[in-house]
Formats: sequence, C-alpha cells, structure tokens
Amino acid sequence: MKLDSLIPAPLRKPAKPGEGNGASGPAPADLKSSPPERPSDAKRLTDRAVEAPVDVLAWVDQRTAASGFLTGMLYRKVPKGTNWFYTLGSATLIAFVSQAITGVFLAMFYTPSTTQAYASIAHINNDVFLGALVHGMHKWGSSVMVILVFLHMGRTFFFGAYKYPRELNWVIGVVLLILTMTMAFTGYLLPFDQRSFWASVVGININGTGPVVGPYLSDFLRAGPELGATTLSRFYAIHMLLVPGAIIALIGAHLYLVVKLGTTAPPWLKAEKPKAATPASQLNAGAEGNGATPAS
Amino acid sequence: MSDETDKQNGAEATARPQPDPPGYFEGESMTRRRAFTVAVQGLGGIAGAAIVLPAVGFAVAPIFHRGKERWEGVGPVGDFVEDTYRQVVFTETEGIGDAGKTTAYVRKGSKLFDEDPKAFIAVSNRCVHLGCPVRFVEAAGNFICPCHGGVYDFQGKRIGGPPVRPLDQFQTRIRDGQVELGPRFSVTSQLEPVRARDPGEFTGGIWEYLYPPRPSTFPPPSG
Repeated sequence: MKLDSLIPAPLRKPAKPGEGNGASGPAPADLKSSPPERPSDAKRLTDRAVEAPVDVLAWVDQRTAASGFLTGMLYRKVPKGTNWFYTLGSATLIAFVSQAITGVFLAMFYTPSTTQAYASIAHINNDVFLGALVHGMHKWGSSVMVILVFLHMGRTFFFGAYKYPRELNWVIGVVLLILTMTMAFTGYLLPFDQRSFWASVVGININGTGPVVGPYLSDFLRAGPELGATTLSRFYAIHMLLVPGAIIALIGAHLYLVVKLGTTAPPWLKAEKPKAATPASQLNAGAEGNGATPAS
Repeated sequence: MSDETDKQNGAEATARPQPDPPGYFEGESMTRRRAFTVAVQGLGGIAGAAIVLPAVGFAVAPIFHRGKERWEGVGPVGDFVEDTYRQVVFTETEGIGDAGKTTAYVRKGSKLFDEDPKAFIAVSNRCVHLGCPVRFVEAAGNFICPCHGGVYDFQGKRIGGPPVRPLDQFQTRIRDGQVELGPRFSVTSQLEPVRARDPGEFTGGIWEYLYPPRPSTFPPPSG
C-alpha cells in the first residue's frame, strides 16, 4: 500500500502543475457486464480502520482549515545548498523545549525561599527519582541553549541571512538572545549556594555600573539595597513566568517570519538567472546547476 | 448627481444641508463612528492601565523603600586598637539567615590620619569592584581582593587593581561600652562620606550625578 494514501488528501503534497492529482481518473468500467466484487467483511473493517484516523483529521480540517497553512509550511520551498548549518535554529528551539519541560518538573519540587531553596535542590538531587538527571538536563541544557543561540546567530550573520527582507527577524533574534541571557542569569541564583549567591551579587553589580539608571536597575533586581529574601522570589518569578512567556511569543513571531519569508541560499551559491533572460543561443545544454552563463 | 440637480433647480430648491466634509453634519467636529472609536479605545486604555500600573508599581516599589535602620553590637570598646583591624561578622540583611551576614574590619580612630581618636572605623569587606569579599592582610597592612586583584591601603583607599573607589564603611557608635555598627555608606577618593553606592560605581564629583544616590540607602554620617 502506498504510504501516501494514509495522509488525508488535504495534507498530501500538492501535485506539480500539469501532472494532475487523479481527480479525473480512468473511466469506470461497465458495471453491468463486470459488476465489482463485494469485498469481504474483514476487508471492509480494515478499510474502515485505515480510514478512521483520516476521517478524524478531515473532521478537524473542515473546522479549522489548518491544512492550507500546514501544507504551505511543511512543503515550502527551500533554496539549493541548504545544509546542516540551517538546523541550528531548530536545535535552539529543541533546547528551549527541553528547558521548558525539565523546568516545569523541577518547579514541582523547588522551594523559592532563602532558607529552603538549597535544601530543596539537595532533595531533588539526592532523593527524588531521576531528580539529579532532570536537574542536570536543565543545568547543562542552559549552557547548550546559550551556545546554540550564538552558533545560530553566527550562521545567520556569516550567511548574510539578516539582510533585506529579514532584518526584523534579526531584531527579534537579538531580543531572544537577550532574553536567553536573562534566563541564564536569573536561573543561576535559584540553587542558592555560595557560587550562585556570589555570581548573582557580581552580576547585579555589573548591571549597576550603567550610568544614571544602573543603580536603580540594581535595586529593582534585588528588590532593595541588599540581596535579600525577596531577591530570590523575584528572580524565580522572572525566570519561570515573565521571560518564558516573552520567549514563547517571540519564537512564534520568529518562526512565522521564517516561514513567511523563506530561508536564504548559502552565500557561495550564485543567484540563478531567470530563464527568459538568457537567450537560447547562450544556453549551455550540458551545464549542470545554477544556469550561470558559461565563460567565453 | 445631486450637485448637478442643485445647480439646475437653484439653491433655494434644496435647502437641505450637505455634509461637508462628507460624513460630517453641520456643527460636528467628528463623525459618530469616529467618536465611538475614540471613546472605546480610550476606555480600553484606561482599563489596561488600571491593570498594568499597579502591577508595575508593585514590582518597582522596592526601589523607593528604605528599610529600618539597624544597629548591632560587635564587641566592647577595649577590643579594638588603632594600628590594626579586628574582623567582626554581623547581620546586615535580616530574614535570610547566613546569606544576610556581612564582614567588617573595625579599628579605633588614629591621629595618624587626622581621625577622631574616640571614633571607630568600620571598613566593609565588600570589594567595590564587583562585590567579592576582601581580606585584610596583616603583614602588608592592605586589603586584598581574591577575585580580580584589587588592593586597598590601610584606610581602605584603592592602591591597585580595578576598584573604582575606596572601600565602603559602616556607621559606628558606642552604646553601653559596646561598639555598634549601623548602616553602610560609601566614601569618595578623599574619604568623604556619601550615600552607599553599589560596587563598580564611582563616587565624588560628576559621578554623584552619573551614579545617583538611591532612595533605598541611608544618608551618610555628617562630618
């Protein structure tokens, strides 16, 4: 059986122009001279079973009209030369999803209180089933995400993918970079051990060196003149409520623009000349690839 | 069409006023549709502000809140001498256990530096580069920071490394023969007291404006 038949018709890859989609298939045979055989019950049941998920999807599609968007997104054109570097953005997204999932489960055991935070982390690491693993995934995953964000940014920069008309996506990406750093910074304090305490002290003081607004920014982050009890709950709220919401919204905008505008070809590929612009006499029949005019 | 008819029939025949500009009737400064649009948007803005402003105010309120002044005794007067520091630990921030404690180096005022011999000097161990804890090294007579190599002299003035001003100090007073330490204050390069600044922020001169004093800090001791 062709795998294609399992995909509901609206989700199937649209046929190329001119090939047709079988809507006007072969004419039906004469039903009187050769009536079709009645299929067995078992066959009809399996057919129904195969059809069921398709029917469900079709039911949803009739009410959401999502298939047009999905086919447009899933079967969008990508340029020639698309390579592994183009997966860095998806890798960053996966890292974020991993952080979100592990973070939700860590929040089930964590206590954002100055007197209990360290003990609750120790409890996660030492007592909770697979707690050390989930905590470790979250801890090391944050570094992975920061590294991937920078690699993704480097790819975009060196491939020139920030240029017109994708400048806005670059700007959104910069905001996402800042938010990612905010996540890394606020998350660092949460275990509330000596290392995270002093790292946060130093980090807040670096924020404070900004002229005029710096001192007030420090007071805002600490919720007072000294790092205190409310600093931890404040960092916790920023870390798990404020910034993740902003990141999710901006990732949505980021992906929308990626799908809307398409990706760029790598810079080493020359632009393909429109066929009409090349006179037939100059077309090199044997040449492969991008249709560049042969050197003469 | 109606304009042409007007011309043909004469102005008297059609006394009905024509909206000018279109959509506006005589005496109106805006159309009904526009008035409702503005009103609904205004109401929406008020409703949004009623939600957002208290929340933002709640979040930024600590910037403008000053805690209660706190004094803590650190030892009898006789414990402290002029020519070296004695390390004391006391609570600067209440309610967070050991994390709220801080270290100060205390000595008696010395005539060598034109100080009041009855006063006590309490130097904070918080490096004014980025907030690491400094240590008083007896042999050198200096404060040395382990993080980035900041060095301060006996009075707490910067003599090397990245720090931007002398070490902070705490207010001192004597109650019942006990030396008590109070709120933190910062000093300029000439050791003039100013309101407490965070590490990394310059003091004195134009820096008093570029790094303005925060409402959450206490006024410096006078004199």
